[in-house]
Amino acid sequence: MSELKHVSSSPHIRSKITTSNIMLMVIIALLPATAVGIWNFRVSALMHVVVCVGTCVASEFIWEKLMHKKVTVNDYSAALTGLLLALNMPSSATWWMSALGSVFAIIVVKQIFGGLGQNFMNPALAARCFLLISFTGRMTNFTYDGVSTATPLAQLKSGETVNILDMVIGRIPGTIGETSAIALLIGAAVLVILGVIDLKIPGSYILSFVVFIILFGDHGFDLTYIVAHLAGGGLMLGAFFMATDYVTSPITAKGQIVYGILLGILTGIFRLFGGSAEGVSYAIIFSNLLVPLIDKVTMPKAFGMEEKGAKGNE
Amino acid sequence: MGLSTFKGGIHPNDGKNLSKDKPIKAIFPKGDLVYPLSQHIGAPATPIVEKGQRVLEGEKIAEAGGFVSAPVYASVSGTVKAIEPRRVSVGDKVMSIVIENDGQYESVEYPKHKPYKDLTKDEIREIIKEAGIVGMGGAGFPTHVKLSPKEPEKIEYVIANCAECEPYLTSDYRRMLEEPEKLVEGMKIILQLFDNAKGILAVEDNKRDCIEILEKLTEKEKRISVKALKTKYPQGAERQLIYASTGRKINSKMLPADAGCVVNNVDTIVAVYHAVVEGKPLMHRIVTVTGDAIADPRNFIVRVGTDYAELIEEAGGFKKEPEKIISGGPMMGFAVFDVHVPVTKTSSALLCLTKDEVAKYEPTPCINCGKCVEVCPGRVVPSRLADYAEHSDQEKFVKCNGMECCECGCCSFICPAKRPLTQSIKSMRKMVLANRKK
Repeated sequence: MSELKHVSSSPHIRSKITTSNIMLMVIIALLPATAVGIWNFRVSALMHVVVCVGTCVASEFIWEKLMHKKVTVNDYSAALTGLLLALNMPSSATWWMSALGSVFAIIVVKQIFGGLGQNFMNPALAARCFLLISFTGRMTNFTYDGVSTATPLAQLKSGETVNILDMVIGRIPGTIGETSAIALLIGAAVLVILGVIDLKIPGSYILSFVVFIILFGDHGFDLTYIVAHLAGGGLMLGAFFMATDYVTSPITAKGQIVYGILLGILTGIFRLFGGSAEGVSYAIIFSNLLVPLIDKVTMPKAFGMEEKGAKGNE
Repeated sequence: MGLSTFKGGIHPNDGKNLSKDKPIKAIFPKGDLVYPLSQHIGAPATPIVEKGQRVLEGEKIAEAGGFVSAPVYASVSGTVKAIEPRRVSVGDKVMSIVIENDGQYESVEYPKHKPYKDLTKDEIREIIKEAGIVGMGGAGFPTHVKLSPKEPEKIEYVIANCAECEPYLTSDYRRMLEEPEKLVEGMKIILQLFDNAKGILAVEDNKRDCIEILEKLTEKEKRISVKALKTKYPQGAERQLIYASTGRKINSKMLPADAGCVVNNVDTIVAVYHAVVEGKPLMHRIVTVTGDAIADPRNFIVRVGTDYAELIEEAGGFKKEPEKIISGGPMMGFAVFDVHVPVTKTSSALLCLTKDEVAKYEPTPCINCGKCVEVCPGRVVPSRLADYAEHSDQEKFVKCNGMECCECGCCSFICPAKRPLTQSIKSMRKMVLANRKK
């Protein structure tokens, strides 16, 4: 026998798609929103992006070195967490808040639970909520063009009128990445076209949220009010980029729709009846906790086992 | 009208262009021929020749070892050189009869049967059983067993599996293109066994030319129709094929007959034709020799027992050093250590790839993306099953329908984390089955 060839169990071919290129595609899809954020909030926005991405990648690298684990910063997941956190920061926050949040996201939420794929909450959102609770004042102080103002959602809540066009384009106060609905939708469209995400979660989320505010928003079917709610706050960013996080969302199609509806209802409750004007972040991390349960009750029926009492090869 | 198909599945690069336009060429083996006694599911065949004995082409050299078994025939004339364990494509060593080819190709006198229309059902079944015909799509289940369900009058569909959904394979395609009348005649013979059945030739729509030819040939056949299926892997998996062709669903515990169906591969049906009309036992099959390492990819009609190395030589040898050699298709075939293994009744292809994609990627943690769930034609959750398999949690594995997996490989193919999902599930299924036998 000359030389032995490779052997392995079938299948012998693999698709080209890998974890790192999925992460990279999401990062690229977030660039329009990041650009609008930097244009809107100038150098402070750029500073938050650099600090968050840098700290996240560095934390992951150092932790994995110290723990003698394989260094996985080249899968871009830490960079993505950093970018998402930056986009969820108000521009008036300080650099050390960003850095602290990044360390919390990577070390506490992700690595302590076992690293990529093991965290049960979205790291960026968990860090944002951690910062919100720790530094409520500074995390909810939004400035736009150097002036500290209320966000459109807060204005909406107190009954003031808002400019819809500004909200869609992004000329409003808010966190760095959430203001421009249009930039976020462009990125989301890219992800949908590339097949990285599908519309099951964002679709059921947004739809159920709209139904909820029509029913309970005291405005009935008022298009301006609905659009203001959709474009305001973190809904677009949350629905397309955070609720769709693979790790912390259900694995089955049915489960994803249940999850989306749950998010819509929770966001509606938090926004309409909660103390603060915003509720996307809390809705998502709360729903993250219910994912194992949702997965359990929405397990698909195997092929040929759909009929009642069908017994497979047990 | 939309094309019939199933939920899930994948679209790998099909690689069929390499060999699809190459007509079938006959090969005359030069070296020894090796006939494993287990080329089928069921009891191994029992040798009926002795070392040193001269045999003729078409002579029976091993008798079926039971009802679920099949006899083996010599495909050349020559002398029995040895009866010893030999390495086969799946990696095991199997007791085999080795025949030294004398190059004369002297054959026995093949029996002349009555025209098949005058044969009784039992006579047809007996001829098929004697001819050693087994499922030539890959599983190797003895065909006469398939054709003898408990209640033959309840069979409503005889489906010819002409999907050929495995990438790179073109043997069924060439057969349909070059000898479609044999497929149709074979189908008519099988239909004669089932009074209430209709014949369906189920072809993927990437083989438009075959669909046209077969439609024309069956124009006047009231009982046979051609069904175009969507091109998607694994369209030719038995359960998915039955669903796409008839809308009926079966699970792993059921047989196609439970849904009133009998499914046979193209080459198997042609073998039935050869046995019943020409009186010839199963001695040949079509093998596609292809892959980016092969100089001249081709389709060959090969005598069972021929060494794979001879096929490679006939296909112009290697133009680049192959890293991986696969007996069968890339999705469900078996990787072989080296090329000195024999062609058996179930070898559909020899695929030589210059790159081993499996070795190229390192598995990384599961990110729960759900792509495996999306593509799984069995509607199970491969990532979870693989988890249970890795933790040897047999109870949960079975409870979550692990035994419904058909091992098609879609989940491993699509997984962005490059996890060996199919592989883990496969080993666990073997373990569960072994434990049940205890």
